[in-house]
Amino acid sequence: MLSKPAEMHIPDGFLSVGVSIALWIVALIFIAISLRKVNQTLGERQVPLMGVLAACIFAGQMLNFTVAGGTSGHLMGAALATILIGPWASILVMTCVVGAQALLFQDGGLLALGGNIVNMGIIGSFVSYGIFTVIKRLAGERRVGVFLSGFTAGWTSIVVAALAVALQLAASGTTTANIAVPTMGVVHMLIGIGEGLITVGALSVVYAARRDLVTGDAPAKGGNRGLVIGGVLIAVLLAVASPLASAFPDGLEWVAEQQGFLDKAQGPAFELFPDYVVPGIQNEALATIAAGLLGMLIVLGAASALAWSRRKRATPSV
Amino acid sequence: MHLHYLDPYQPRDSVVHALDARIKLSLAVAFILVVALMPMGAWALYALLLALSLSVIVLSELGVGPVLKRSVLALPFVLAAAPLLITGGLPTLVTLPIGGGIPISAPGAARFASIAIKSWLSLQMAIVLASATSFPQLLLAMRALRVPKLFVATFGLMWRYLFVLADETQRMLRARAARSGVSGEPGRKVGGSVIWRARVAGAMAGSLFLRAIERGDRIYLAMASRGYDGEIRSFPMPVIPRAQWVVLFAAFFVLALLLGLSLVF
Amino acid sequence: MHHRIEIEDAAFAYPDGQEALRGVSLKIEAGEKVALVGQNGAGKSTLMLHLNGILRPRSGSIQVAGMDVNDKTLSRVRAAVGLVFQMPDDQLFSPTVFDDVAFGPIYQGLTEAEVRKRVDAALADVGMGGFGPRVSHHLSIGQKKRVAIACVLAMQPEILVLDEPTAGLDPRSRRGLIHLLDALPQTMLVSTHDLPMVRELFRRTVVMDNGLIVADGATADILGDTALLHRYGLE
Repeated sequence: MLSKPAEMHIPDGFLSVGVSIALWIVALIFIAISLRKVNQTLGERQVPLMGVLAACIFAGQMLNFTVAGGTSGHLMGAALATILIGPWASILVMTCVVGAQALLFQDGGLLALGGNIVNMGIIGSFVSYGIFTVIKRLAGERRVGVFLSGFTAGWTSIVVAALAVALQLAASGTTTANIAVPTMGVVHMLIGIGEGLITVGALSVVYAARRDLVTGDAPAKGGNRGLVIGGVLIAVLLAVASPLASAFPDGLEWVAEQQGFLDKAQGPAFELFPDYVVPGIQNEALATIAAGLLGMLIVLGAASALAWSRRKRATPSV
Repeated sequence: MHLHYLDPYQPRDSVVHALDARIKLSLAVAFILVVALMPMGAWALYALLLALSLSVIVLSELGVGPVLKRSVLALPFVLAAAPLLITGGLPTLVTLPIGGGIPISAPGAARFASIAIKSWLSLQMAIVLASATSFPQLLLAMRALRVPKLFVATFGLMWRYLFVLADETQRMLRARAARSGVSGEPGRKVGGSVIWRARVAGAMAGSLFLRAIERGDRIYLAMASRGYDGEIRSFPMPVIPRAQWVVLFAAFFVLALLLGLSLVF
Repeated sequence: MHHRIEIEDAAFAYPDGQEALRGVSLKIEAGEKVALVGQNGAGKSTLMLHLNGILRPRSGSIQVAGMDVNDKTLSRVRAAVGLVFQMPDDQLFSPTVFDDVAFGPIYQGLTEAEVRKRVDAALADVGMGGFGPRVSHHLSIGQKKRVAIACVLAMQPEILVLDEPTAGLDPRSRRGLIHLLDALPQTMLVSTHDLPMVRELFRRTVVMDNGLIVADGATADILGDTALLHRYGLE
């Protein structure tokens, strides 16, 4: 499970339509804001710089290191991007990365893309920003302070994003919170260490070559006190809400049921009349067999249409 | 070496490839949405959706085998739904002879299987979309679907430099591998600590980042020297031929029909 | 004919204080092809970025194609001066070859039909006809360099400024590129370390060192002066 960062990318089929759409709306709002914010600070340089940095994070995710026993650690990159270019630019960059992973490489679904952008892009960036700023203020601007804040930001971004994934899955009725939250949480507490260490490694290079990028408050990066508080708040909320949800899974199950209205349409045959299970199964089996036959006919039709058109192509009409 | 394999597009002379990217993107999303809207345990409908998906794969000439093989890749995520097997409620389907016996819930198993199938179906269509549509076409479709121009331009630029930077990363990884020899001396700890290895990988990420920033400046200069002023300009959209509109509406109709069936089933 | 370059005592320093140009004066006549040589860090690239208005001199003046380079003339200057960068990967930033070559003409406000005509003509000029739909990443370095030149040719510039056009090319691609440069009619300023190419292609050579022009004359004289070449690290 440790071997791929894909662990965090939710495929299609795992989020209910209601949850997917809600997350898409959140994602779109924040993407729109960050497009505007970044344009204010970067202007004409926005497109080339954001594009090439997105490519950089994408390529950076290829960098791995062996942990032990054939598993390896990877970079997600939200923390690194946030520390170096600010939370808004990081959201934009991560949206490009996560979008390309879904659209081109099927790492994460298309309908689930909104959720993946929220988790890895928006939550990841805001949490990193809040944690990094707070700890740096406590630990100071010196090397150790920067690295400590970088590590914590990287680690927290992964863990909090994973908790968000678990809660979204539970709210979709795809899993139950009391199992998903602890498993996702513990696994990503380990994965997060790798993220933290790589982030520190990257920061040490940047610290040596371009200290201006990692120290100071850099108002040009578009952050402010409100964002710091917001980021920390997201982390705290998810850290508190997840164990709660896991202790009282009924809450999320209720959410899942509320949007499972389509399940209910099918419910009667399934639950309410257990006495009729036998005829029900027969009907269902018949329907499935009929559908299977029809399906085979459709595929056969497609195949023969193709064969026919190929033959036509192969023997050009004279 | 160039990372050609990063580009999922596989040029073919098929009807699916010939379809306008805007139609392909809309249909793929519609298909995935319909799959998501299907109730749990609607096996007959899943069979029909699978038939649709297989037909598209056949018509795309991408090869049923390769697409299906690729479509299994994301399935490990299904583990996330595994708790359902136990917590799904009565009746019990089977009791696993592990420990004191773990009861597998029948509705839970049905739900688990449904999620796996739905995920698999969605993935097939996403693969066909990515393999049968070139990236520039995909950008066009994004623009047509009202994705903000600035974002589309950034996305396009990312794709262009993805290959360049992935090559750069590959070279760094190879340089690391070339120097990762192990001395034959007995009793010597090999490979350094995990922390050290992580920081080496991190240092690569850091230099990749610094180089990317410099490259971003050079790209900006190249754009500015050809007149770029921050405004994204492009050609007007090409017209979609009438026959392709027919395909679009026919496909929408079939999908709507399946959705309707799922309600009365 | 006003396709000339006229630089008067131009000086420039980067924000970090590094003085890159320390009073450069240079006149290039219409149709002339001039080589610009000098060690890395001599100021060649900085000078070239001035010709396109990307950098502005702190003092002195720059005139290209009969225009003083300033905010008002900037867009016309950029259309008149085609700047080809050293690394083609930085210059080819679009998904396809066509998109890249069309970029300049689109920003010049041409109609779609005109843009297509320009792109076809420019790609044909550099021997890359039919490569329009190709993805830049899949091209060889030599092909990328050609496309990079097509990108500026499509803007129909009067002056071409090229940075290290033959760097990193294999012998055959280099040969092809030299033929291409020879065949192009524009006024040309080419910065390079490739002295054999200089000897073959350019009648006039300008030597830069430490932000100054230290020699300017007939190529045969300059390349024949071993002491001079030695002094400025060209040999």
